[in-house]
Amino acid sequence: MAEPSLTIEQSSNSATIRILGELLTRYVGGVQAEFDKVPTGLSDVQLDLAGLDSIDTGGAWLIAEMKRRLETGGAAVRITSAAPAHAALLETVTHHLPDPLEEEDGPRGLSAVLISLGKMTVSGWQSFLSALAFFGETLAALVLTLLQPWRLRRAALFSQMESAGLKAVPIVALMGFLIGVVLAFQGAAQLKQFGAEVFVVELIAISVLRELGILLTAIIVAGRSGSAFTASVGSMKVQEEIDAMRTIGLSPIEALVVPRVLALIIMMPILGFIANIAGLFGGALMSWIDLGVTPGMFITRLKETTDVWNLLIGMIKAPFFALMIGVVACWQAMQVRGSAESVGQHTTASVVQSIFMVIAIDAMFSIFFSELGV
Amino acid sequence: MQSTPPREAVIEVRGLRNQFGPQVVHDDLNLDVWRGEVLGIVGGSGTGKSVLLRTIVGLNSPAAGSIKVLGVDVVNGSEEDRQSVERRWGVAFQDGALFSSLSVLQNVEAPMREHLKLSENLMSALGQLKISLVGLQPLACGKMPSELSGGMRKRAALARALALDPEIVFLDEPTAGLDPIGAAAYDELIGELQHALGLTVFMVTHDLDSLYAICDRVAVLAEKRVYAEGPIEMMPEVDHPWIQEYFTGPRARAAQTKTETKTDTASLES
Ligand SMILES: Nc1ncnc2c1ncn2[C@@H]1O[C@H](COP(=O)(O)OP(=O)(O)OP(=O)(O)O)[C@@H](O)[C@H]1O
Ligand SMILES: [Mg+2]
Repeated sequence: MAEPSLTIEQSSNSATIRILGELLTRYVGGVQAEFDKVPTGLSDVQLDLAGLDSIDTGGAWLIAEMKRRLETGGAAVRITSAAPAHAALLETVTHHLPDPLEEEDGPRGLSAVLISLGKMTVSGWQSFLSALAFFGETLAALVLTLLQPWRLRRAALFSQMESAGLKAVPIVALMGFLIGVVLAFQGAAQLKQFGAEVFVVELIAISVLRELGILLTAIIVAGRSGSAFTASVGSMKVQEEIDAMRTIGLSPIEALVVPRVLALIIMMPILGFIANIAGLFGGALMSWIDLGVTPGMFITRLKETTDVWNLLIGMIKAPFFALMIGVVACWQAMQVRGSAESVGQHTTASVVQSIFMVIAIDAMFSIFFSELGV
Repeated sequence: MQSTPPREAVIEVRGLRNQFGPQVVHDDLNLDVWRGEVLGIVGGSGTGKSVLLRTIVGLNSPAAGSIKVLGVDVVNGSEEDRQSVERRWGVAFQDGALFSSLSVLQNVEAPMREHLKLSENLMSALGQLKISLVGLQPLACGKMPSELSGGMRKRAALARALALDPEIVFLDEPTAGLDPIGAAAYDELIGELQHALGLTVFMVTHDLDSLYAICDRVAVLAEKRVYAEGPIEMMPEVDHPWIQEYFTGPRARAAQTKTETKTDTASLES
């Protein structure tokens, strides 16, 4: 087991190079410098491989590279006393030796920054247009489904309703309950100072029913189902399943997007309602424990002071949130290109964008309703 | 073939049994692969060729039996032993199984990065050499797997399998889906590499041309075991309906004539 080495006997223009030992890939890094030191101005070189114990493609590459360097320098290189297997490998490698890659010089400095800025602007604009187009297509497909209900894929719809809706009930209910508890607890601490404990009912009812119940439900659904939509449809995109659908005349929007979006639109109000009830329940429980507001008192007060509009305003927002989450998730899935990594990136983008969109829509609704004065 | 020194088995499979639920795929399967040979594994669709390959490389644990690769028990041996043989073999899967988020060159560099301490420049030079060895253009180095054609993907998978200069390469249907000229070139490439690198090749294939062109021996999977093994010329004599049909059918005759004419012209030319 000898590490490889190289000896060179030079007389004026000709030289004999002997390579000894095991020229294996793991030693190549160590001896590469010795090979690089061989001078190029020679005219006749004999490569004696008699002392070579073993060689692999890495070693053969080293010899072939040196041979090429000598030959470009004008030398005639002869290989002598090589074992047949070594000679065969060397010949194969020499034959396939890739040309050295030239590093491309791209633009630098300010122009590079400007170029990338320009590219980002254009691609940002294009992806906005494509998102808009996708939104339009989905809306059209949804309307078409309403007009021609028999086109709806019912099995897909029900299975999506189950996984995106039914299975989210426990987490959504728990979340609502805890929100109610927290509001009651925090509100009580403040209201006690004024002896106005009983206003805790309004505090809980209005904030849960109007805003928090549905908003937090939407955020959970975006994280839970939006990401699942993007990951599963995106993987189908990678596997060329979407292309396969198109070739057999199935519209991916009709087969994949409509059932998912519709399932969310149907289930989101239900989930939001569950969150509302759980929130009120949590709030009532906490008010009883902490402030001594009995459940009977809580309900009476609720009926007296809280307008049903609060509930309706919350519920009206639900289908819009659902539509947004579904469309963003499916659109991101359609942007997946080629690799598994791309699926991950677009899943992240899907969750971030849909939560952002949900909050933005919520803000717009707030302005809208306050203008209306409800 | 001249008389060879005592053969060394690089893969020994004994009493192998594979089962998925009620379906028994292999039962008491025995197989030896000798150093330096190209062994072709044939058998009807679903007879468990891919499962056999996956079991030998440790991706599927068998219900019973033992497998030794390069003298190491890969079924019951220690994790360290397994890892030591893992770098001495290379596997090219039926559908390439390239890492989709890495470029072709990075795919080939991946095993080197894991097992060898090489400088970036050296690794990229060796990677490019491997890519060129399998007959891909330098342009392919920077492409992502999803941008390759099916045939290019198979070649890239082979380049990755060869990254560590393995002693054994496992190929699952390497020529399926290639055009006939591309397939013949691939066969030639395997033959050339096998000769130059002293490889042992374990090749699952349906391609009769490949079998005639480069396989030293053929093993036929049928009835849950290796029903017959030996040089391809012996196969038509085996008494089994599938084997009969496979090796004496019109396609087999065509493939056989092709190799015969090739050797004839070769002997005329020399
Ligand atoms: N993970 C698995 N779970 C259950 N059954 C499996 C699994 N993998 C393979 N099988 C079954 O084992 C049998 C053999 O499969 P295998 O993929 O080895 O076939 P093959 O001989 O490679 O066929 P082909 O030539 O079509 O590639 C098949 O019936 C297959 O359904
Ligand atoms: Mg298979």
